[in-house]
Amino acid sequence: MIDVKNLTKYYGQRPAIDNISFHVDRGQIVGFLGPNGAGKTTTIRILTGYMPATAGSARIAGYDVFSQSLQARGQIGYLPESVPLYTDMRVREYLTFRAKLRGMGRSDRASAIRRVTGMCWLEDVIDRPIGQLSKGFRQRVGLADALIHDPAVLILDEPTVGLDPTQIREMRNLIRSLGGKHTIMLSSHILPEVEATCDRTIIVAGGRIVASGTVAQLRQQIIGGSRVIAEIKGPTQAMCQEIGKISGARKVEANEDGEWTRLLIETAGKDIREDVAQLAARRGWPLREIRLEVGSLEEFFVQVVARQHEEQKQKASAA
Amino acid sequence: MSNVATLTRRELQATFFSPIAYVVGTGFLLISGYFFLTQVLVPGNEASMRPLFDNMAKLLVFAIPLLTMRSLAEELSTGTVETLMTAPVTDAQVILGKFAGLMLFYVVLLATTLVHAVLLLAYAQIPWQAVAMGYAGLLLLGAAFVAIGLFASTLTRYQLLAALIGAGLLAALTFLMDYLASWWGGDWRTITSAMNLLAHFDDFSKGILDTKAIVLLASVTTFFLFLAVKVLESRRWR
Repeated sequence: MIDVKNLTKYYGQRPAIDNISFHVDRGQIVGFLGPNGAGKTTTIRILTGYMPATAGSARIAGYDVFSQSLQARGQIGYLPESVPLYTDMRVREYLTFRAKLRGMGRSDRASAIRRVTGMCWLEDVIDRPIGQLSKGFRQRVGLADALIHDPAVLILDEPTVGLDPTQIREMRNLIRSLGGKHTIMLSSHILPEVEATCDRTIIVAGGRIVASGTVAQLRQQIIGGSRVIAEIKGPTQAMCQEIGKISGARKVEANEDGEWTRLLIETAGKDIREDVAQLAARRGWPLREIRLEVGSLEEFFVQVVARQHEEQKQKASAA
Repeated sequence: MSNVATLTRRELQATFFSPIAYVVGTGFLLISGYFFLTQVLVPGNEASMRPLFDNMAKLLVFAIPLLTMRSLAEELSTGTVETLMTAPVTDAQVILGKFAGLMLFYVVLLATTLVHAVLLLAYAQIPWQAVAMGYAGLLLLGAAFVAIGLFASTLTRYQLLAALIGAGLLAALTFLMDYLASWWGGDWRTITSAMNLLAHFDDFSKGILDTKAIVLLASVTTFFLFLAVKVLESRRWR
């Protein structure tokens, strides 16, 4: 549905996005994740036909966003980050105006407006001027506009920014419910959001894709894998040695806490809790806690972004 | 075509909702009313609207940029240009729609000055053909002015700056050219007086139908609308 090949965009000398390629299948919800200034909005603006790329190509539902811009734009529902709306219009007027621009006839418009106001809970404010609405309602009006022509592709730039926690939850549920029917690409710099709503995540930093895959796949890529944390009473040095011999254990770190020792065991993605417990039982070392700590997407995100940053610094100093 | 009509309606509505349009409209009517009283509705004078038309044309140099400054500058500053330009409409449709909307507002404003002709009718015989020609001229001149003002509005997201650029351009193509023509002689004089848009309006206000003036004003309108489309397109590349 969305097909991006070697997309590059320069602002003057500085690349905002650098050779980005990705593909989104029909009905998928993809999270576009990255720190501020990573190139998310730039990519989205190219996809929606707002600005052309410096190099590379992008296709929406088979239409090239540059050479077949109008057809491609017709396939997209777009909610920009700042949710720009005509504040002097009433909600119904605005949606009618937008539906007309989409070339919808009178009866289509009426049913489409009924459909999107229902979906976005706008019934109570439908005849109010947009200028009087709160941020949360404006966001819904923006989303209703994006949905009015029942687009194949929905592109949402930071759809939950500025909403309160209840509204964020509602928005996420709404996005989830739209998946399957629409192909959705949403950008965010908030991890739990992407984790909660998306089938797949593309992480961008410094204008490049640094990782992509499902949340589970990304977890596996986490450097250092997962850790086992155990608190055992016994001779620290001997414990470290013996646990280090367990297959799957990579590195053992010990912190003494009174007569107890807190062991941080880095593993190569294998759960070795059972082996550690058995070992302790064999030696007669009392064990009071043992648990597996799975690296969070958050940690991964921080790692990849930091690595990208480091690489860029090296490149800059080399040049 | 239906896209242009939709955008025209929207532009007309936005203009009617903006307080500035009423301020400008009221000011325009007050000042032209003053000219009517002091220069046309004077006992013993010839029953001609010509002095009024000439002064209204000069007044438009400042009134129209104030009407058109909002048009694109506001969309640029609030960001609505992004939803507009990602909808399936071409840049040319956007400009044409806005131009038509602004023209409709201008026509309404112009229509209210017809009251002067009616007042005059109570005291004298009116040369209807001359009056009709004058209004046709104001329409064509206004179209060129609106196109220039709209072009100025695509250049910046600051409305005040758009008004200043528009008024500056219009003053250059009217008063400045008039001034230069009075200074220079020979070819330069021919060129500068040809570039004075008010000079072309002069024929209309006299009641003469001159195709040269029609073609020139229509060309200026088309040229600046074309420039406005190009500026809007170029905004995508930045």
